[in-house]
Amino acid sequence: MISKKINYSIMNSEIVGILAMFALLLLLAIPLGRYIGKVFNLETTWLDSIFNPLDRLFFRLSGVNTAKEMNWKQHLTAFLTINLVWFLLAMFVLTNMSWLPLNPDGNPSMSADLAFNTAVSFISNTNLQHYSGESGMSYMGQLVLMLFQFISAGCGMAICAVVFFAMKTQSESENGEKLLGNFYTLFIRSCTRILFPISLVVAVLLLWYGTPMTFKGKETMITMQGDTVQVSRGPVAAFVAIKQLGTNGGGFFGPNSAHPLENPNYCTNIIQTVLILLIPISMVFALGYILKRRRLSWVIFGVMTFGFLLLAIPSVVMEMKGNPAIAKLGIQQNMGSMEGKEVRFGSAASAYWAINTTCTSNGSVNAMHDSVTPLTGMFAMLGMMINAFYGGVGVGFLSFYIFIILAVFISGLMVGRTPEFLGKKIEAREMKIAMIIALLHPFLILVGTAISSYLYAHDQATYGGWLNNPGYHGFGEMLYEFTSSSANNGSGFEGLGDNTPFWNIACGIVMLLGRYLPIIGPVAIAGILANKKYIPESAGTLRTDTTTFGVMVFAVIALVAALSFFPALTLGPLAEYFH
Amino acid sequence: MISKSNQLFTGALVKEALWQSFVKLSPGKMYRNPVMFTVWVGTLVMAGVCVWILTGETHQGSLAYNATITFILFITLVFANFAEAIAEARGKAQADSLRKTREETPAKWIQSVGEIFVNEIKMVPSSNLRKGDVFLCEAGDIIPSDGEIIEGLATIDESAITGESAPVIREAGGDKSSVTGGTKVLSDTIKVKVTTEPGESFLDKMIALVEGASRQKTPNEIALTILLAGFTLVFIIVTVTLKPFADYANTPITIAAFISLFVCLIPTTIGGLLSAIGIAGMDRALRANVITKSGKAVETAGDIDVLLLDKTGTITIGNRKATKFYPAPGIKEDQLIKAAVLSSVADETPEGKSIVELAKSLEKGHLILDTTTISYTNSGKQTENYPLNEVAFIKFTAETRCSGINVPQARIRKGAADSIRKITQAAGFLFPEATADDVKAISSNGGTPLVVSENEQVIGVIELQDIIKSGIQERFQRLRKMGIKTVMVTGDNPLTAKFIAEKAGVDDFIAEAKPEDKMNYIRSEQTGGRLVAMMGDGTNDAPALAQADVGVAMNSGTQAAKEAGNMVDLDNDPTKLIEVVEIGKQLLMTRGTLTTFSIANDVAKYFAIVPALFITSIPALQGLNVMNLHSPETAILSAVIFNAIIIPALIPLALKGVAYKPIGASALLRRNLLIYGLGGVLVPFVGIKLIDLLVSVFF
Repeated sequence: MISKKINYSIMNSEIVGILAMFALLLLLAIPLGRYIGKVFNLETTWLDSIFNPLDRLFFRLSGVNTAKEMNWKQHLTAFLTINLVWFLLAMFVLTNMSWLPLNPDGNPSMSADLAFNTAVSFISNTNLQHYSGESGMSYMGQLVLMLFQFISAGCGMAICAVVFFAMKTQSESENGEKLLGNFYTLFIRSCTRILFPISLVVAVLLLWYGTPMTFKGKETMITMQGDTVQVSRGPVAAFVAIKQLGTNGGGFFGPNSAHPLENPNYCTNIIQTVLILLIPISMVFALGYILKRRRLSWVIFGVMTFGFLLLAIPSVVMEMKGNPAIAKLGIQQNMGSMEGKEVRFGSAASAYWAINTTCTSNGSVNAMHDSVTPLTGMFAMLGMMINAFYGGVGVGFLSFYIFIILAVFISGLMVGRTPEFLGKKIEAREMKIAMIIALLHPFLILVGTAISSYLYAHDQATYGGWLNNPGYHGFGEMLYEFTSSSANNGSGFEGLGDNTPFWNIACGIVMLLGRYLPIIGPVAIAGILANKKYIPESAGTLRTDTTTFGVMVFAVIALVAALSFFPALTLGPLAEYFH
Repeated sequence: MISKSNQLFTGALVKEALWQSFVKLSPGKMYRNPVMFTVWVGTLVMAGVCVWILTGETHQGSLAYNATITFILFITLVFANFAEAIAEARGKAQADSLRKTREETPAKWIQSVGEIFVNEIKMVPSSNLRKGDVFLCEAGDIIPSDGEIIEGLATIDESAITGESAPVIREAGGDKSSVTGGTKVLSDTIKVKVTTEPGESFLDKMIALVEGASRQKTPNEIALTILLAGFTLVFIIVTVTLKPFADYANTPITIAAFISLFVCLIPTTIGGLLSAIGIAGMDRALRANVITKSGKAVETAGDIDVLLLDKTGTITIGNRKATKFYPAPGIKEDQLIKAAVLSSVADETPEGKSIVELAKSLEKGHLILDTTTISYTNSGKQTENYPLNEVAFIKFTAETRCSGINVPQARIRKGAADSIRKITQAAGFLFPEATADDVKAISSNGGTPLVVSENEQVIGVIELQDIIKSGIQERFQRLRKMGIKTVMVTGDNPLTAKFIAEKAGVDDFIAEAKPEDKMNYIRSEQTGGRLVAMMGDGTNDAPALAQADVGVAMNSGTQAAKEAGNMVDLDNDPTKLIEVVEIGKQLLMTRGTLTTFSIANDVAKYFAIVPALFITSIPALQGLNVMNLHSPETAILSAVIFNAIIIPALIPLALKGVAYKPIGASALLRRNLLIYGLGGVLVPFVGIKLIDLLVSVFF
């Protein structure tokens, strides 16, 4: 009896913890959204006095003319060029870090295929890690990766702002293309006005809770058992802050936020959980601010939240109920399913984190996803397969935008009008792009998994070492890896032996395609629509800021994104669950 | 007379369509429709599998099972083709009955020597007439070709085209100069110049459009085809990648299962019905007696934001009617009515006739005309007779701007207030204040005052009012709910126009409209991003008809007007625009709802087929078999059968179109989402289960 009571009180406090996290998140995200809107609108904010001179210095040094506004094609060119330059820089550092400075632990350089995977992984905001930070990375390497966590997040936000501006245009372009602000300005402002200040505050908080921040090498410690151990350290606090804020997710250490130095206690866990969703949600409110369409942003937020809760609630319940396989052994699980989880976080907060990190393109973990119960694993995968319930910073909205376009097209027809979104007609060209982007994600995931399944099934001798547990779970691990790469998530079902040329290169290619095409597509659609004639709303126009339309978008997401993975999920987690 | 058969299927049509469904199986034709083309390929593969089994293959299941699947796929193709064929057949039948009216008729061809037409007439078959030829038509002749009257005036019976039995007058010059082939001249003689080459008339164009020879996909159809092709591609990926997945899981899956999964998931329902929906849209327009020059015009009609409507004939009944008599001070009403009626004896205008009618209906004055006398009975039943040889009718002229009658004791005139004022003041009388007030009051109420004088003294005013068509307010209300702005175009002064506009419930009006005003209004609305529709008949309407996004020319209008518009209304009915808009909306809605239905069906089909694929090797997946289907084979068969029969089941809906209800876009979406979205999810669960119960009898 007593144990049951304890059980309930644990459960209640765990649930209260989750509710508190979500409430805190909303409390922060709404004002932050306004602030982000102001930053992109070039309105004055209180950080201007500090950063305006700094920005000017950057631009003078780089010779960028910020007064020149760009059309959507120029924005994409700017975006892709700077990404290419940074990719090359990252390749250089990662393959040469053994002799470069800031390497107190004497860690080696990366092999070419691992460096390719890692470089792609960090510029694409994926942060899939086929290495372990403490042994595979010098501090120089870590600092470059930290810089990239700012850059990829800043790029995502800037390009999302371009789409906001494109959605806002109402007048027809008179000659040539509509101008939509300057990419470099948007990018720098994302970094200096949004990412940097928040990261700074969070890093200081983490420091206060005990996360290390040093350039000194490993520390030698004597444990309570009397053993001597070498404890890895480094500039962790700064790294973790931007890792969570920019939906990057790349851990400083191998175990990511399950590592006690990255995520020391329940409080830092709350901070980090809130940070994961903070900017993705704020971007939705920023949209409302920039477009002056509050209702639209609430509808989008509503659909995203509904989808998110649909994945999060059953996951939390599943994990708190415990693992049925362990229950069969007659072992009591008062704390829920604790395999692969940290006692300081508990099963509920870990399950909640798992959905947070997969619904956004974050991918940091505070528990091992490989060990969650089958259905939680499936919901985590679904979060990535859909990739639009909040999604990554900036890019999450872009994915959602594609679904809006599809939903507008079908529902526009259903009310007897040529479909239009925010006063712009959606025609064959936009549909073509939207369809290609909607297709891309299932294509990359399913084809990637198909190739790896084929290799594994037909050449056990060569590829047999990939999987620790063959069977449905092994299939799930491969499916998860490609899903995570394509969604630019970066988390892994860690049972997979993934540091091999096949996985490094295949995932690298999938990450590249999964990052850049879903950015190019929506920007192109929004750009083309911006150049079209504006049609004022009438009573016959389908409004997109209504619950009905929200239901429609949700249905499109469920049918297009989720259902195409049904057969694959059946062979993985569903088979495992029913087994 | 066009047969307005509302029966969807008649024996002859079905026979023709069935034959066409097989003709359309040729790869060249199937290729046009990407969704059904993949089914076509799948059917061939299954036929191959059947042959393979005959040659000894044993892992693909029984021959009977594979042959059944092949047959069902084949039937699916035939059903889809049948949908298109029946729509074409209906359209063609409709057009043929129109074409019959213009079959070979003899033409009285006026020979020409160079530019000069000689007065020599030669009988030639109508098919020999070329553009620019001139022919003669006399009373009783059938007009052999479309053309424009260059000389003469005639009454013509157009019932063959319009179904309207009252004859119409057509004359050279002006806006009523156009004649249509197949109509009959009732009186007089006209010379007509041929305006179209044989085979190029609007009707010929429309028939070609319906028959598919020149049918092009509209932009919206192309966009939808891209969406459907995209869905098809997704499911190609899903199905193809399933093979290595199954290899990994050591689960053999038969080719029949792969192809069934694929065919069930791709949107075959909408893919099979798509072209039928488009043809049916044009066919519905034709049934409303509107010839469309392209499928796109019908679609555009559904998007219209602004509707320009002529006041006369659309909003008001043809002409003004007398509604009240206002006697001047000191004059008895009887005297005014008598003068008014007598002055209108020779007035052939509808206004004049309405004065006589009003007097009669008020039972205050009754007029009887015979060949020698006018006899007038007043309210006191006293009758006065005026022999016709003692009276003189005064015709309306542009100078006097009044008309009237001189009877032995009186000179009666009626006309506009200004002209009567001139007459009275010239004779030295005063224009009474009270009458002036009446005139003003009538004007500001949207009426037209006609002042009556007797012996140069004002005796009162007749009020003429525009009579707004009954039910027109409701139609405008409906249009407003659709989000369409209505604009009344009238030659009236702004005061009158405003009054009528308010009374009829239109949103805006153009008063004292000149043709270029229409044009400017259309341009300014279009600059604002709105789509404009208008109807017109005159040559001076042609530029505006061309400028409008949907221009409906009346069949009675000039050739120029008909060339400029993108639709021709055979009935010359100005309210037709409203119907055209609804036809356009219906067309888009039918596409949208059937697409939704088709995609929503996938949920149930997944739950039927996916467990069936794996259940043999992973029995635990029985938990996913939510419909509790009998066996993997029956599950797959049921899904494929459901997929096939849903196509013919929805043909009537595709042809009739989804009903449009002007309840606002969001409410409409909610309604259609419930019916076709939620319905689309639920119906196949029930359908597949029922089919499974039947099919399992054989297993």
